[in-house]
Amino acid sequence: MNADVSPPTSSRPDVAVEASGICRRYGRRWALVDVGFTLARGETLVLAGRNGSGKSTLLRVLSTAIRADRGSARVEGHDLQKDRQQVRRLSALLGHHSNFYEALTALENLQVAARFLGRDVSRPALEERLGEVGLADRADDAVATFSAGMRKRLMLARTLLQDASVVFLDEPYGHLDPPGFRLVDDTIDRLRGRGATVVIATHLLERGAEQSERALLLESGRVAWQGQARDLMREGGAFATGRPEKTGT
Amino acid sequence: MSDLLVALRKEMLLQWRTRAQMFAIFVFGASALLLFSFAIGPDSASLRLHAAGFLWLALMLSSTLSLAESFQSEMEQRAFEGLLLLPASPVALFYGKALSNWLQLVLLGIGLLPVMVVLYDAGTMRVPGLVGVIAIGTAGLAAPGTLYAAMTSQARAKQTLLPLLLFPLVVPVLLSAVKATSLLILGDPMGQAGAWASLLAAFDVIYWSLCGLLFERVVED
Repeated sequence: MNADVSPPTSSRPDVAVEASGICRRYGRRWALVDVGFTLARGETLVLAGRNGSGKSTLLRVLSTAIRADRGSARVEGHDLQKDRQQVRRLSALLGHHSNFYEALTALENLQVAARFLGRDVSRPALEERLGEVGLADRADDAVATFSAGMRKRLMLARTLLQDASVVFLDEPYGHLDPPGFRLVDDTIDRLRGRGATVVIATHLLERGAEQSERALLLESGRVAWQGQARDLMREGGAFATGRPEKTGT
Repeated sequence: MSDLLVALRKEMLLQWRTRAQMFAIFVFGASALLLFSFAIGPDSASLRLHAAGFLWLALMLSSTLSLAESFQSEMEQRAFEGLLLLPASPVALFYGKALSNWLQLVLLGIGLLPVMVVLYDAGTMRVPGLVGVIAIGTAGLAAPGTLYAAMTSQARAKQTLLPLLLFPLVVPVLLSAVKATSLLILGDPMGQAGAWASLLAAFDVIYWSLCGLLFERVVED
């Protein structure tokens, strides 16, 4: 993991992510309301909820891509507001956007990231990374020519390159084919094997729950339920089981 | 420093990959010079008198295109956000992009010089001086232009907003650059060109320092 960081300011060394009272709004609509949870180091959390329930916003807040309007959070003991650069050194976000330059090739995009990260930028090293996600033969193709699934594979390669201790995966299975699902599972296994803390936002609940110890269900930006991942399907309410919502009284 | 070199290298690579746009911007600048010359008419003395002003107007108009374009690739797939989250230093990212934009504007200015000479009958032997004024003048456009391009890159009316914000700020640069260029073309019996160039350089120092300081706030908030 990344060692080029200052000591954390939190007194809880066993906690990787702690969030309290997180609120975030877009215009007049609140996307997150008083969201709080704690995740121990090395644990994996599956984040569930309907479209628009606030999963992506929560991951973007925790990864410092956007700021919370209220509340506080720490990642690996570092405050999200005060130690943004430290949080960024220790975390990685695989989000909805690829964060790649369309005009550059897959290899060049990885080289740009590797140079900023101070990693090995040699062609063989990065081709090996591309090979791990099934893109070795497309190393010299512009990302603009990639399908959504191929972009997702390239995003996985960059996430692994970052070697972060806390990894936020937003819909990692999205756009992928069945072998791609397996690739995501393997990636999560690898991250966990390294001792990383992983947060997975997904609609594939059974798959996400299989990969995780903890689960958190969001509804309209609020925490509706949190507990053990194995209980998600049973305790997670109508959303988790896919039952239609009760309407009226 | 290492982040700055990485950022600059990335910018150079992106510019090379999108070099067709650079040619299109040059054609735009040359067309602007041609149209301005029509406004003056065939009087070669008048054309020569106004050559410097129109060269800088063409450069300013073209600069808004190239500056806005420089953030287009950053915003397409939120590549810039990806760099910030790595994390790359925002200051290094600013100076990398500003240097790259500056280089592009210098090349554009050098490319437009012969067009100006032909269209405005503005031949001069002081070509190194002209290139020098173009270099320090475009530096005064590149730094605030990069900052404002970042600010407006996510706005709906970015093509309108960028010149609206940029042009008032760079009026001192425009005035100094036109004056220095004009003296080099028309003759400088009192040796004033150096003073105007020094004034330009002073504006450059202020703009490059201030914009570098402000950039992090712009991209983080």
